[in-house]
Amino acid sequence: MTPQDGTFQRKAEPPVDAFLKGLWEENPVFVMLLGMCPVLAVSNTVVNALSMGMAATFVLVMSCALVSVLRKYIPKQVRIVTFIVIIATFVTIVDLVIQAISLEIYNALGAFIALIVVNCIILGRAEAYASKNDPMRAILDAFGMGIGFTIALVCLGGVREFLGFGTLFGVRVTPEAFEPWAIMILPPGGFITLGGWLLFFNWIKERKGRAAQGEAA
Amino acid sequence: MTSTNTVMPMAQPVSSFKMIRTVAGVSIMSGFMILAVVKATEARIENNKRVALADAVMAVLPDADTNKTFEVTGDGFRLVDTPVPGADRVYAGYDAEGRFVGAAFEAAAQGYQDVVRTLFGYSPERDCIIGFKVLESKETPGLGDRIGKDAEFLANFDGLDVALGADQTALAHAIAFVKRGEKTNPWEIDGITGATISSRAVAKMANERSQQVVPFIKRHLDQLKEGT
Repeated sequence: MTPQDGTFQRKAEPPVDAFLKGLWEENPVFVMLLGMCPVLAVSNTVVNALSMGMAATFVLVMSCALVSVLRKYIPKQVRIVTFIVIIATFVTIVDLVIQAISLEIYNALGAFIALIVVNCIILGRAEAYASKNDPMRAILDAFGMGIGFTIALVCLGGVREFLGFGTLFGVRVTPEAFEPWAIMILPPGGFITLGGWLLFFNWIKERKGRAAQGEAA
Repeated sequence: MTSTNTVMPMAQPVSSFKMIRTVAGVSIMSGFMILAVVKATEARIENNKRVALADAVMAVLPDADTNKTFEVTGDGFRLVDTPVPGADRVYAGYDAEGRFVGAAFEAAAQGYQDVVRTLFGYSPERDCIIGFKVLESKETPGLGDRIGKDAEFLANFDGLDVALGADQTALAHAIAFVKRGEKTNPWEIDGITGATISSRAVAKMANERSQQVVPFIKRHLDQLKEGT
């Protein structure tokens, strides 16, 4: 699950890179294929996708910050337990805060807020990055990954809401004659859309790779 | 994988005490953090729930302008001041002239993910359920949560028959769940395709609670009409 050890030897990584790599190069959804459960489950509308992305980003940033601060005091043997406790704490906080902000959003996200605890992006970043880097880089890395996750969710949510409901942000954007594709809101629609995006991203990557090779030659 | 494991430096042996201390320390810290957030958000969450409930009562009793909360006791209803949500409560709605127009009551049942809490509006005059609203649900977004959004499903609760049987202690016809499009009687609930478990849960709670509450309301209707 974690990338090869060598990837994290680059101690001198500039902070900007720590942030940027989550957006594109190591995008948690489109490149690392992590956290698929919420990606497929709550990406049927843009608003759900955005709320889920923001909640997960908050948990990711706070957990990684705390893990990074405490990294020297956590014995290796109990690190996973400790990380999970820290992550669960912030998930509980998000859960309460969302209830305080709006019960409507809280009801819309259903069970998936609680399930942020087991989102492997968060444990993955805590284990692979935050526990080995200083707090500033850990926060930037977590923030980048969170934004990358949110972008991916919104990409899926946009396509699925547009085709499945004929709306965007709840506003109707298709003509009356458009018959919504119910399958796009259902789980198969999530898989189909994700497949489509992966195809698109890999195609771009391949094209870029070929262009770079061409220049070198 | 095995080759990387063998070259990885072994973790330093650490005393159990240190491990316990770390986990206990982090847990205590977590406890305090959660406690602080609970304290900070408690009032607002409580208030949000109250507002949501008040809105829901108005939504399920379309003719009501004001409402009063009654607690169910052994021998009738007792007026309570603060509208705190609770299972043993009935919310009576009154129109602008103060006439009793109907009562709302809560219901709950296990859905697909977790317990679904809902509110039903009941009109003793028409002998039927006149409104329905989901108060709290963790049903899957886009699937189970359609119990609160699907227009065709919600149409079930505009005139769902809950007339009492001859002995006035139970419904003449138990509320029954049927598959979408198979509804033929006014006491049947048309389910949602793709949200069968959630919509069946709604039908189940509608039946169970109506069987209890409707005969009780009928018996003590005068108290609600007087509003005391």
